[in-house]
Amino acid sequence: MELFTNQVLSGIATGAIYACMALAVVMIYEAIDHLNFAQGEMAMFSTFAAWQFMQWGIPYWGAFVLSVVLSFAAGIAIERALFRPLGHASVLVQIAGFIALFAIINSVAGLIWDFTIKPFPTPFGSTPLLGGVISSHQAGMIAVTILLLGFLYVFFSFTRVGLAMRAAATMPESAKLVGVNVGWMIALGWGLAAAIGAIAGIMIAPVIFLEPNMMGGVLLYGFVGAVLGGLSSPAGAVAGGFIVGVLENLAGTYIPGVGNELKLPIALAMIIAVLVFKPNGLFGRVQVQRV
Amino acid sequence: MTASLNVRDLRAYYGQVQALHGLNFSLEEGSVTTLLGANGAGKTTTLRAICNMVRTTGTIEFDGKPITHMSTEHIVKLGIAQVPQGRGTFTRMNVEENLQLGAITRGDKAGIASDIERMYALFPVLKQRRTQQAGLLSGGEQQMLAVARALMLRPRVLLLDEPSFGLAPLVVRDVFKVLEQINRDDKVTILVVEQNAQLALELADQAYVIETGEIVQSGPAAEIASNEDIRKSYLGY
Repeated sequence: MELFTNQVLSGIATGAIYACMALAVVMIYEAIDHLNFAQGEMAMFSTFAAWQFMQWGIPYWGAFVLSVVLSFAAGIAIERALFRPLGHASVLVQIAGFIALFAIINSVAGLIWDFTIKPFPTPFGSTPLLGGVISSHQAGMIAVTILLLGFLYVFFSFTRVGLAMRAAATMPESAKLVGVNVGWMIALGWGLAAAIGAIAGIMIAPVIFLEPNMMGGVLLYGFVGAVLGGLSSPAGAVAGGFIVGVLENLAGTYIPGVGNELKLPIALAMIIAVLVFKPNGLFGRVQVQRV
Repeated sequence: MTASLNVRDLRAYYGQVQALHGLNFSLEEGSVTTLLGANGAGKTTTLRAICNMVRTTGTIEFDGKPITHMSTEHIVKLGIAQVPQGRGTFTRMNVEENLQLGAITRGDKAGIASDIERMYALFPVLKQRRTQQAGLLSGGEQQMLAVARALMLRPRVLLLDEPSFGLAPLVVRDVFKVLEQINRDDKVTILVVEQNAQLALELADQAYVIETGEIVQSGPAAEIASNEDIRKSYLGY
């Protein structure tokens, strides 16, 4: 029973990070109808930036805030410089843009910080809590995620900018006709997604260590969470992220032969299963198109 | 009378296809103008062209200043609201959020709150539905919401694309009564595009008839309505 509780709780902790990545993916998907394959690399770069700030002697939370703010600005800059000009290009061109961004960020990070694995500090320590079923860092990850989700919920539900961003992402033509600057709202969405990714990267780095390929697996689980919850539903994507985190851990522990090595194939199998049996995800809306 | 909106030699294109062939018309300040014509005549395109949502040439002046090359959101901020074809409802948001979005360019919180109450007075059914998802409203309720959302801008010019489309006759009466009221009380200049010519001509002061992207008839609404030739050839009643 203790093993089960332990696996569920640490699943929720990593699931929190998947939920953040899933949310970042969905926010951009809602606005431009494409998956941002570079979301994980952007988060990785933000995490390296935070590490660099700490190397320069800035305390943990200072480096954290600085990295998140800079990621926000960088997200906006990437949208303005790269994806706005590609706005009317075909799907393949856009995907090529995402893959290029992925490769560029990955290599630049390797160039600056090389590919060796680095430890990343945690402000929460690693003392066991609740009789050892969860570590204090995992509890911290969950707490930070819940704070972040709460902030985003309030922002999108109760502020005028949040309302305008939702309008721009879901009904761009109508949004223009009430005077919303749709282009800027989408750029703001990129900024927010990049900032969320930065938080996710910084939180997961003490667990998986810091290196340029650290976010590959995490983003994949984020995609699974987003697809499972429904790409058209931010709340669903968050729920999907948590579900994937817990299932991943339980499968690794209880299904014989899965262990750590086969967790990733299970995630991919989940994507296929969802797309075959419930293509709109658990919480997504059915897409209806008039002919 | 001064022209609020003045359109000269307006041409519009969808890719290679030209949809408007040099329209000239103007909206008198505080008047109601109707643009009549069959399906595909270019009525919707004309409204889209005014808000720069289609590629155009020619000039459009608002208060004597050219707005032809301004962005849609900028034109809206000047006070030109549009109820688009298909109503433009923010389907996943609730009724009140839709009204808030109508006033998204305004900064006066108190004014917005009192305008929302005013819309609920004009359209009581919206008040009952205020927390409901707008996509679940009936067609008539969505049309009322679209008009209310446009009015939340406190527009100087209101453009409406077939407000009677798909509505029950009684609901159409309600919507047109409100249009008449805001034109009279708030001095909002209105341009209404309609297939239901009889209804539109009752409301309008001035009428233009458009066919395949060109204006073929124009004049005071009463004259157009009483001219049997025009009625039979273009308006079908």
